[in-house]
Amino acid sequence: MADTLFLILSVLTVATALLVVLNKNAVNAAMFLLLSLVGLAGLFVLLDAPLLAFVLILVYAGAVVALFLFIIMLLDTRPGSFPAFKPLTVTAALLGAALLSLGIWTLVHRAVLPLTPKSVPMPTMKHYAEMLFTTYLLPVQVVGFMLLIAMLGVIVLSKKYTETEDAK
Amino acid sequence: MMTLLATAPFYGLPSYLFVSALLFAIGFFGVLLRKNTLVIYMCLELMLLASTLALVAFSKFNGTLDGNVFVFFVLTIAAAEVAVGLAIIVALFRQRHTVQVEELNQLKH
Repeated sequence: MADTLFLILSVLTVATALLVVLNKNAVNAAMFLLLSLVGLAGLFVLLDAPLLAFVLILVYAGAVVALFLFIIMLLDTRPGSFPAFKPLTVTAALLGAALLSLGIWTLVHRAVLPLTPKSVPMPTMKHYAEMLFTTYLLPVQVVGFMLLIAMLGVIVLSKKYTETEDAK
Repeated sequence: MMTLLATAPFYGLPSYLFVSALLFAIGFFGVLLRKNTLVIYMCLELMLLASTLALVAFSKFNGTLDGNVFVFFVLTIAAAEVAVGLAIIVALFRQRHTVQVEELNQLKH
C-alpha cells in the first residue's frame, strides 16, 4: 500500500517538476508547480507529517502560487524562448549531471542509512508546539522579525516614487 | 498510532533522498536553463521544497522531530523570499518593461 503510494506520489512530484522547467508558458508552469506541491504534500503524509503537508498546501498553494499567478497576470509576459546553447554551457551541464549521478549512486549504494523508520508515535500539534516554544524559541522570534523586515522591504520596493531630480 | 511506513521496508530513506535529489537537480537545471525571471523563481522554490523533503525524511527515519520543526522555518523564509523577490521583479518590470534575464543587463553597460 505505502509502496504503491510512494511510487505514485514521487512520480507525480518529479514529472510535474520537470514540466515546470520545460513548459514555455509561465501560467502553465505555475499550475504544474501546484501539482508538484500536492505530490510533495502526499509524501509528507507518508512520512507521518500531516501537519507539515497541511502547512505546505496552505502556504504554497494558498499564498505563493496565487502570488505567482497574480504577478504573471499583472506583468502580462509573453512566452519565453529557449536559447541556443553554447558549447561551454553544454559541457558544464554534462559535467554537473555526471557529478550529480555519481552522488546519487553513492547515496543509494554506499551510504549507511537507516532503512526502516523508528517506530515513534506520529507527532501531533502538541509536540511541534513544545519544540517551537522551548528549544527553538529564539529562532521563532528571529523568523518573526525577519517576516516583519520582509514586509517593510516589500512596501519600500513597491512604493511608486514620484519623478524628482534625485530619483533620476 | 500505526505508521504507514512500518509496512513498507523496501522504500527506505535512500529512496526519499533520491526523490529529493532529483527534485533539487530539476530545480537547479531550471534555474540555469530558463530565461523568464518568474519561472526561475519557481525553480528556486522547487529546490527549497526538495530540501524540505530531505529534512522530513531524515527526521522520520531517525525518530526525531527537529527536521520537521526546521521545515517550518524553511517555509517561512521561502514565503518571505517570494514576497520580496516578486516585489523586485515588479519594480524591475516598471523600469525595463521586461522580465527576460537576457534583456536585464543594465549593470553591464
